[in-house]
Amino acid sequence: MKKARFKVDELESDIFKITGLEATVGAFYEEWEEAPGPTPMPDISTFRDWDRILLNKYKPFYLPLCDLCCLCTMGKCDLSKGKKGACGLDMAAQQSRIVLLSCAIGAATHAGHGRHMVEELVSKFGSDYPLDVGGLSVLVEAPHTRLVTGIKPRTLGDLEDVLDYVEKEITHLLSCCHTGQEGDNIDFESKAFHAGMIDHVGMEICDLAQISALNFPKADPEASMVDVGMGSIDITKPVILVIGHNVPPAAAIFDYMEDGGLEDSIELAGICCTALDLTRYTNKAKIAGPLSHQLRFVRSGIADVIVVDEQCIRADILDEAKKVKAPLISTHYKNFQGLPNRTEDPTDEIVSDMVEGRSPGVVILDSDKAGEVAVRVAMGVFPKRKKSGIIPEESEIIEYATKCTKCLSCQRVCPNYLPLPEAMEAAAKGNLQPLSDLYESCIGCGRCEGEGVCPNELKLHSIIIGASRSKIKEERFKVRVGRGAISDTEIRRVGGPIVMGEIPGVIGIVGCSNYPGSWKDNAIMIEEFLKRRFIVTTTGCAAMNIGMYKNEDGLSLYEAYSGAFDAGGLVNCGSCVSNPHISGAAIKIASIFAKRKLNSNYEEIADYIHNRVGAVGISWGAMSQKASSIASGFWRLGIPVIVGPHGSKYRRALLGRKDKEENWYVIDARTGKRVYTGPAPEHLFISVETKEEAMTLIPKLCIRPNDTTKGRSIKLNHYIDLHKRFYGAMPDDIQLFVRTMADIPITMKDEILEILKEKGWKESEVPAPDPTLLPRLVRKKGDGNGS
Amino acid sequence: MAAEPWQRYEVPGPVKAAVIKKPEMVSILLKKAKKPIFIVGHEAAEIDLEGKKPIDQIIRIARAADIPVVTTAHAMAEFLKRGFKPAASMTSMDIGNRLTDPTWSVSGEDEPHDLALILGMTYYVGFVIEAGLKSFAFDHLKTVSLDRYYQPHCNWSFPNLSIEEWSGYLTIIAQEMENK
Repeated sequence: MKKARFKVDELESDIFKITGLEATVGAFYEEWEEAPGPTPMPDISTFRDWDRILLNKYKPFYLPLCDLCCLCTMGKCDLSKGKKGACGLDMAAQQSRIVLLSCAIGAATHAGHGRHMVEELVSKFGSDYPLDVGGLSVLVEAPHTRLVTGIKPRTLGDLEDVLDYVEKEITHLLSCCHTGQEGDNIDFESKAFHAGMIDHVGMEICDLAQISALNFPKADPEASMVDVGMGSIDITKPVILVIGHNVPPAAAIFDYMEDGGLEDSIELAGICCTALDLTRYTNKAKIAGPLSHQLRFVRSGIADVIVVDEQCIRADILDEAKKVKAPLISTHYKNFQGLPNRTEDPTDEIVSDMVEGRSPGVVILDSDKAGEVAVRVAMGVFPKRKKSGIIPEESEIIEYATKCTKCLSCQRVCPNYLPLPEAMEAAAKGNLQPLSDLYESCIGCGRCEGEGVCPNELKLHSIIIGASRSKIKEERFKVRVGRGAISDTEIRRVGGPIVMGEIPGVIGIVGCSNYPGSWKDNAIMIEEFLKRRFIVTTTGCAAMNIGMYKNEDGLSLYEAYSGAFDAGGLVNCGSCVSNPHISGAAIKIASIFAKRKLNSNYEEIADYIHNRVGAVGISWGAMSQKASSIASGFWRLGIPVIVGPHGSKYRRALLGRKDKEENWYVIDARTGKRVYTGPAPEHLFISVETKEEAMTLIPKLCIRPNDTTKGRSIKLNHYIDLHKRFYGAMPDDIQLFVRTMADIPITMKDEILEILKEKGWKESEVPAPDPTLLPRLVRKKGDGNGS
Repeated sequence: MAAEPWQRYEVPGPVKAAVIKKPEMVSILLKKAKKPIFIVGHEAAEIDLEGKKPIDQIIRIARAADIPVVTTAHAMAEFLKRGFKPAASMTSMDIGNRLTDPTWSVSGEDEPHDLALILGMTYYVGFVIEAGLKSFAFDHLKTVSLDRYYQPHCNWSFPNLSIEEWSGYLTIIAQEMENK
């Protein structure tokens, strides 16, 4: 991007005199190969009609967490059973307002992260530093940014201009949540979609910047393997633990270690996305685990220094760090923790204060300085701390267990109502196995230890961890580090088979570790679809947890399957902010494979993806507001998202009604006529309760109107096969997906024909339309109503 | 046990479910209902009920009272193993959504269901779906939770019960319906 700048040292006329004026006017975007499309820099109103098309097909079902609205001082207001609040808002609008609020928070968090990251990288490398996410194999380097804004970013400085737009939109979206603004639930939903679209731009900016400036793997399907798991950390060395999402301070720690030749003398491990991004920076770093491992790892005492940046950090991290005498360094203004800001103090003084125990923690807002302090403090405190943790030994656990009154209080506050009292009863008799069995289902929230929960103040989370010592020692796995983008060449290779349905689907398994059961369920689900030759992409805590499982050959799935974006490939894109590479792959299929215009052409691309690209997102442990905005970015592209049961607390689902035939018509772009194509995909956002249910729904939500007969047959084969396995019967909706006899999987022909006969099925007159939901895309003008 | 949400922090709002103090009350509600429906989740086949499973009692009740059963998650397989064919299988979100539609019934007739008996969904999933029904189906549908734990968003719910109490309650309802 170029801007017109002018400077006037002195200008004098009859009526005014100006001195020292300097101004920037407008912005000129360098032209790229495509002319601008219809919607550059869209505002909240731009895609309202598109959103309403989707929201008419997938109507919201609201799931209030409580009957009240508590947002203003006229309340609390009871909104149940058709009542309205003092401001006039009803329950549907209130729930959708909360959805928007959640998505706006998520988008703001990623955009804020992006702004901070880009500013730091610009100050270090300069605003003209070129972007490079994959050399010549990734010429479409920023699909979201190009699609939404019309800007083709070339340098770090260009990203700041994109962020200006992103921040403006988020501000407007957030303002819509104020009392006395929007009153219609569908318009709130449309705004939530806008937040999601904007979020994917913000995340893309963030990852573009760090891939380019920090030299992360660039669309490399053979990116290196790194260790994951608490058992992989060498506790004979000083250990620095980094937690959060903003990687520059962690990278600076490694730089200081490397400059001093200390990279083999100190262990550098991370939790959450900082860990993922750190391993993209150096494969000498290790991943201790996902968010659910934060409390257990800190309490283990393994970390000699804890360095936090932003997002997904426990609010009580300072208290926990103090318990194990591990100094804490906060590197970000989003997370001061009440600590003194020592950024300007001499390094030697800071190190001395922390090593000598005079200061439990500090704020250092300079990454390089934080890096030096972290390393020196780790080396200084290592001999003194002796890895002192607060995890009880076996004898202590048995003693504590005898104090358990089985009041059930701990179980009743546990998000997964884990049977702690039963396990404590067994422990009191010397059997720790039931406690250890809870280890992989414990999400590490610590609510069981909350004030007033246990009458005897037993530290139940630590007790579970203590009972699992041998398991933790064996927690050593491999993860392929985040590769970043999907290359243009990969898109060219698989675009056709995906759109035709011959690769049965692209699954994105992403998000947090708020699982309803064992973390291994993620991997168990995914292994099934890798064997079935789906393409599986992943990011975030889910990407770690997929690695923390060994298959029957003793391999992690990353070792067992290719990292290529191809049938049967397991593609770790990276951290949370790498999610746009997954949605971006769908955009690139439309742009590169189908040659649809990319520049500022969101609606047409979304229409293409919704009708043709068999993709589905799964966030089995979705927890955060960021997870909701990430999902929302998929929704506006028409890509369905499944969440685990805890995702029901996002307060609404977007559900299709397959029993309503009128909802499942598309326009055939060749003729302008309306054509029934069946419920494909059936839902846009749904929470399901069990992995069996999710596994059955995944192939079904990959069905699209555009499938060839071969592709539809393959997809139906997977759907029916899994339904029979988990439900013990054929699905009751096969007739809705079979368009012609050629769609029927050959091995199931007799069974299916019998069902079709029973249901009065008739062959479709137009089995393979050129599907669109946008009348303006009809090439031969009909009336668009099928008459 | 008391009539308070089983999961401590699932606080509903000012209106809470009336407590079913005697299981016979469920049979009375069923006898009065014009078009009841049974929603049964996967936990109905997983919880041990003194050697049986809740699903066994549900089948007795459904057969005796001729109530259509809609299963959620993968509960259907367990019904089929027991020789009982549910009217439909769908996600808990789907059935919740459809019950808000006053023109929908599982049989395909236009008249909506007027009473939903619910058992076996994940506690917190049931909690929010029942909240959705409370606010968006209140003019045509009453809800009854037959789960072991108190569900405050229903119109009626058992209090938090011991396994023995719960088993006894379900047995009494089944007997009542079989002897109607």
